[in-house]
Amino acid sequence: MSESVAENEVLGAVSTRVSAVLGDRILDHAIAFGDLSIKVGRDDILDVLTLLRDDPDLQFICFIDICGVDWPARENRFDVVYHLLSPRRNARIRIKVETDERTPVQSATAIYPAADWFEREAYDLFGILFSGHPDLRRILTDYGFNGYPLRKEFPLTGFVEVRYDNERARVVYEPVKLPQEFRNFDFLSPWEGPDYVLPGDEKAGDTTVKSG
Amino acid sequence: MAEADVRNFNINFGPEHPSAHGVLRLVLELDGEIVERVDPHIGLLHRGTEKLIEYKTYLQAMPYFDRLDYVAPMNQEHAFCLATERLLGLEVPRRGQLIRVLYSEIGRLLSHIMNVTTQAMDVGAMTPPLWGFEEREKLMLFYERASGARMHAAYFRPGGVHQDLPNQLIDDIEAFCDPFLKVLDDTEGLLTENRIFKQRNVDIGVVSLEDCWRWGFSGVMVRGSGAAWDLRKSQPYECYDEMEFDLAIGKNGDCYDRYLIRMHEMRQSVRIMRQCVDKLRSANGAGPVSSVDGKVVPPSRGEMKRSMESLIHHFKLYTEGFHVPAGDVYAAVEAPKGEFGVYLVSDGTNKPYRCKIRAPGYAHLQAMDFLCRGHMLADISAVLGSLDIVFGEVDR
Repeated sequence: MSESVAENEVLGAVSTRVSAVLGDRILDHAIAFGDLSIKVGRDDILDVLTLLRDDPDLQFICFIDICGVDWPARENRFDVVYHLLSPRRNARIRIKVETDERTPVQSATAIYPAADWFEREAYDLFGILFSGHPDLRRILTDYGFNGYPLRKEFPLTGFVEVRYDNERARVVYEPVKLPQEFRNFDFLSPWEGPDYVLPGDEKAGDTTVKSG
Repeated sequence: MAEADVRNFNINFGPEHPSAHGVLRLVLELDGEIVERVDPHIGLLHRGTEKLIEYKTYLQAMPYFDRLDYVAPMNQEHAFCLATERLLGLEVPRRGQLIRVLYSEIGRLLSHIMNVTTQAMDVGAMTPPLWGFEEREKLMLFYERASGARMHAAYFRPGGVHQDLPNQLIDDIEAFCDPFLKVLDDTEGLLTENRIFKQRNVDIGVVSLEDCWRWGFSGVMVRGSGAAWDLRKSQPYECYDEMEFDLAIGKNGDCYDRYLIRMHEMRQSVRIMRQCVDKLRSANGAGPVSSVDGKVVPPSRGEMKRSMESLIHHFKLYTEGFHVPAGDVYAAVEAPKGEFGVYLVSDGTNKPYRCKIRAPGYAHLQAMDFLCRGHMLADISAVLGSLDIVFGEVDR
């Protein structure tokens, strides 16, 4: 138990220092589940990353991750989430920036070269744009892929499937054909009554059919 | 010949090259035998794991982690379980922690054996893989005896591990340790002072510590360049803080140092496994292997047959699953290949809203261009081997 208290003290000290260094660039600031998390403005991100990396007291020199999170209901639907690590302070920080489908976020490749592939991945899977990125190509999906698979409206099955066509002697793309309809079971509220008709229950609410 | 006739040569290395360690396609630009540019094309093994996880309950999502770095499956499960547990505020009982540490170290052995021996094969040695894979087979048998599966174990569950270990298995794991050290000695005898092995690895793929951090390296890569950085020591999870083990630090940051560190780490893993075995046998190490919170961890089969409440819990947990409080958390473990992290966003339902998998190999592989420029073509496979790439986790 004493260790987690010490950990919290380190995190608290880092958090205070981060607030002092970044000042009013921080829009939101929280320590939850043992993680330090801040939210900053989209146009400030490069300043923030540089300050966090170069401050002698913080030294967030180790790049960990960039990823997107999709919240379709929001006006700025994407969160771009940066994770950094300071080996000196043995602390982690999470930085969030909001953006939408059209507005690019400045690329962090000049500050952390490792950001390259992580930004390409966010572009590939979410369609988040990064300005100043040297080579913003798709990375994980197939050559010639269309759409952004990790957006919430993208179906789990995708749109096309590939197979090898013997006659044409090459791989062909076709629309997905499912032998059985894809079912996404609603286990969240099996007791409260789901908003779809269960197979076999089509006549349950039909008053014109008399039983017996 | 006129000057204009000399031009650089582009070749494809892979995707079916045996030392591409899976399905990597490297587009190489060569000037004679000197590598001018490396462009790795990845994604040939992309399975949409992160998308699939969003459509599964937390328990159903867990087995996908076995299929990431399939060389050391349980270490990946571990990161996901830690993330879920932190959101739930769940404490793992001591015996569960010991079993997790024991199997994480078995996973480390699995991965390091695979890497060291196949890297040796990439640079021309045939015997180490033959010896190493025999040991891997024994370790996978331990996986099977604990979980029923040799590789895709699905053994770590949020709250603990799925089942307790039989005493005979603990004895057999202990009996494995000493003969394995002998195999390590033999392998080292083949490689460490081997002239060809050293010529192929010493001063190849040198990376400075500063560059390591900037490129997001972790694990053996940063230790090879001189940082005493290991999440098991610096940010201990489970009961790693009471285990005694040493870190090996490289001086030169080249492929050879990384090989030496992996060999050293295997010995330390055996040391940790022995401590786990001792602790599991002591009175302190007895008890449940999984949290007794009935709202998260399903009841045992026997209980389910007898108690109505357990039956209801069993049914609810395997259909609806448990609900996780809203919030986001980043949990990382020291996987054999480096820092394996899971960034989990929960919206308070029974399914993860977003699960980002931060694989160490992804960061390592993207530095191929940076590491290989100016090296000879033959060094590509040595560098690639020492980065320890597995495509399950890179492509996800």
